[in-house]
Amino acid sequence: MTQFPAKVPIPVGSGDSAEFWSWLRSGELRLQRCDACKVVRHPPQPTCASCGSTERTWVRASGRGEVWSSTTIFPPVLPEFADAAPYQALVVHLEEGVFMVTQPAPGLELTIGEAVEVVVHVVNDDVALPLVRRSPTAAS
Amino acid sequence: MLDAKNGVVRFDRHAAIAGIGQTEFAKNMGRSELDLACEAVRSACADAGFDPREIDGVASFHIEQIDEIDLAFALGFERLRFMGRTPSGGGGAASVVGLAAMAVATGAARAVVAFRARNRSKTAAYGADPNQGGRPWEKAGTTLSGYQQWHHPFGVAAPAQEMALIARRHMHVFGTRAEQFGMQAVAQRAHAATNPNAIMRTPITLDDWASSRVIADPIRLFDCSLENDGAVAVLVTTRARAADLAQPLVEVLAHGQCDGPIHTDLARFFAHTALFGERVNGAAAMSPDLFGVADIAPSDVDVAMIFDHFTMAVPLSLEQYGFCEIGAGGPFIESGATHWPDGALPVNTHGGSNGEAFVHGLNHIPEAVRQLRGTAVNQVEGARHAFVCGSITDPSGALLLRGHR
Ligand SMILES: [Zn+2]
Repeated sequence: MTQFPAKVPIPVGSGDSAEFWSWLRSGELRLQRCDACKVVRHPPQPTCASCGSTERTWVRASGRGEVWSSTTIFPPVLPEFADAAPYQALVVHLEEGVFMVTQPAPGLELTIGEAVEVVVHVVNDDVALPLVRRSPTAAS
Repeated sequence: MLDAKNGVVRFDRHAAIAGIGQTEFAKNMGRSELDLACEAVRSACADAGFDPREIDGVASFHIEQIDEIDLAFALGFERLRFMGRTPSGGGGAASVVGLAAMAVATGAARAVVAFRARNRSKTAAYGADPNQGGRPWEKAGTTLSGYQQWHHPFGVAAPAQEMALIARRHMHVFGTRAEQFGMQAVAQRAHAATNPNAIMRTPITLDDWASSRVIADPIRLFDCSLENDGAVAVLVTTRARAADLAQPLVEVLAHGQCDGPIHTDLARFFAHTALFGERVNGAAAMSPDLFGVADIAPSDVDVAMIFDHFTMAVPLSLEQYGFCEIGAGGPFIESGATHWPDGALPVNTHGGSNGEAFVHGLNHIPEAVRQLRGTAVNQVEGARHAFVCGSITDPSGALLLRGHR
């Protein structure tokens, strides 16, 4: 398994999503939580679909989750990933109830159902991404 | 009576498919989308014995490059009364005709053409639309603010890669096997072998499928739809008008659209989809009303045209629309049910999107019509009812059609 690319398409986001990426650049995975009904949502959006409130707070995510699905990608299509292919991509279900697309942290291969935790991987000055590694408590 | 139940329209003799048309399907045809669209629409009108200048409505996909008014000027429509588009690419494969049927049934228009024209040649990129001329991810850019921001930084960009993550979850939950997707690929390529319009005329074996390269595990090359140029048009009018035209009557019984998350947004896809049996929404929620309104059961359907960007869409659609239990789509295919001529429910008898051509699934409607007229090359004997659905991994819709011959 090769290293994660040193350059990827840069997620700058817009509106609410821009804040998601800037939290990651400062080293934290944060998720939007509705102030009124406390439902956590992802991807971020300006209003709560559960109660309609526009009041929201960026809360620090537990980072704990489970590998929900997995694929190994052969033709990479994105030039930034050309040297990494074949590589694994995942969907992870976080404890907060939301899903996200991710990859295993460099050097790892993970399978569906495994307990994982998020590691914020600094790709370069522009991008930090929430990747996942096997949960250290999973073996117990 | 023309009415609706929970959003599914009962057309009750108000709408029919009067004509079908298509161009040649091939790679790098070197023709503009407008050129292709005009040929397909004229061909549908010729099939019906209908003067194209009398077309007064246009239904198209949101990704269509040909503006309604350009088609109207090119073909000399005398008066355009209705224009409508469907969302989500292949999600509109059935609903673009459903939209046309709603327009004629309500009197919004008298004769509506539903069409799709495609030129995917990289050397002839017509316009800046990301869905035309080359591939969407090639135009996303290096800074992302739209939907791509949740996938591209993690190396997920092509539909095959997104669909692989959906397929793998289905395999994990239900024990579906990749070979079962392969069996559908083999069935469709067998269907394509006898179809003179098909791009892929050489049949394949399951061994051929297994040795085709992996695109994104579990999806192999032979599971994928083709990349080609071509256009398809379907002429929809009232049943009374259609009965006076050239072809045996193909009646639109029912059409419904359904929500359902989109595969380009996998975080929300997994949070909301009904594909894994954890909830009932989208196609699974709409399906009972679709069949109820048409007053037939899934077992009355003689032939099915299922949007198949990737073969894994076939078992998932069969499950969601009630042709088998949720999770039982893989074994359903393995039983041979979808393979013409012996299967109980032949699916994509023209060869589908990996055999005939990929035209965002609109080429599936002419095949349903040929089956109901009794003129298909792989004819299902006595076919009376056809089912057509759009993409099961997108907001979508489905049609039930009845032939009278
Ligand atoms: Zn709320």
